[in-house]
Amino acid sequence: MFDHVTVEGVTKVYGRQRALGGVSLRLEAGRLCALLGPNGAGKSTLLGILSTLLRPTGGEVRFGSVQHRQAGRTLRGAIGLVAHESFLYGDLTGRENLRFFERLYGGGGRAQTLLSRVGLDEAADRPVRTYSRGMQQRLALARALCGQPRLLLLDEPFTGLDSSGVAALRTLLAELRDGGVILMLVTHDLAAAAELANHVVVLRRGKVAFDHAQSAPFARLDEVYAAHA
Amino acid sequence: MLRLVGLVLWKDLVVEWRTREIVSTMLFFAVIVMLIFSFAFLSEGRASGDAVAGILWTAIAFSGTLGLSRAADRERDGDALRALLLSPAPRAALYLGKTAGIVIFMLATELVVAALSTILFGAALSAHAAELSGLLLLGTIGYAAIGGLFSLMLGRARSRDVLLAVVLYPIIVPVIIAGSKGTSSLLESIPDLAAARYWIKFLAVFDIVFVTLALWAFEPLIVERG
Repeated sequence: MFDHVTVEGVTKVYGRQRALGGVSLRLEAGRLCALLGPNGAGKSTLLGILSTLLRPTGGEVRFGSVQHRQAGRTLRGAIGLVAHESFLYGDLTGRENLRFFERLYGGGGRAQTLLSRVGLDEAADRPVRTYSRGMQQRLALARALCGQPRLLLLDEPFTGLDSSGVAALRTLLAELRDGGVILMLVTHDLAAAAELANHVVVLRRGKVAFDHAQSAPFARLDEVYAAHA
Repeated sequence: MLRLVGLVLWKDLVVEWRTREIVSTMLFFAVIVMLIFSFAFLSEGRASGDAVAGILWTAIAFSGTLGLSRAADRERDGDALRALLLSPAPRAALYLGKTAGIVIFMLATELVVAALSTILFGAALSAHAAELSGLLLLGTIGYAAIGGLFSLMLGRARSRDVLLAVVLYPIIVPVIIAGSKGTSSLLESIPDLAAARYWIKFLAVFDIVFVTLALWAFEPLIVERG
């Protein structure tokens, strides 16, 4: 499929509002990129473009050798997205939601494995509308993994999770990173993301203010953020 | 492709079976419309065929709009539509699955509305059930094909319920005219079957044209193109 994503001079303009002003970066397999920045820096817009749901106004995004504008079904199937909203159906159970999305992705039979992986075995047959925010967040992550994505985009995935949930998510993300998945994580919870990210990008007013990858995870994201955001 | 259409339809049917929200809302509204018109148009226990046809299709059109809004709301809650669009499933399958669900919800409502027309207005709707079924089915498909597209397209618009009616009704006027004319011709004292069949053919052509257009327009209208 693809083992890297290249973003070159990407701009995004909404009316008169410039959300991204020439962003360039490269994401690679086996790296977890923490995308940091203050509110309104353009993080969610960049995630939307990488998910193929938004089209850049200018510049180019390549998934391996596939250009963004040629994004088809195969490419969409290789991208997972956990966003602010759960992307789930509240009147279906957790298991039904996963089975539904699994089949949309052309697969089947992994729902139970995914439910166990995010710790929702016991709640699997309850309607999702009865879930707490943290449980919905876990299920949203399981849904994003339905297609066994090469690129997993996470927008504030720690929101609503209790400490055990945060720990479980950190373990899962580390496994995915070490398993060769390309990860991009947008978060304001720098402590939760510390020791996970081995690539940090700081966005400020739609532009890259800092971009650095290293072999070991960053231990102090708060220091990086304070220096560049 | 058909498997995915069925999958999206299954999801909508399961949710509706559990909530009974769309059909009950549509039914309530359609029955109220029928009752109000029955006070205005009933004369000596009967209403003219033209009036019954008009009342029937008015109830279908107005209750259908409620159904369209609510069906689209289901995809808005939790922003599930984005998850559908992000999946590798063909967008045409997503559109057809959603449209099929709306057609089924509307047909369920129409069954009750037609029965109520017989009871309230003494309309002989069962005399030409095949022709009436053809008119209702094809009219509903045309309505849902356009309405389903617009209701999803207006997903995040602030005044989407008002906008839906504004953009939908001018385009579905031919469906309402064909449906009510065809139904009216079946309810005349001497039913005009040739006219009814003409309007059935008209609706079939309308459906082919607008389902094709909607399939073509769904992706550019629904997916953000910046």
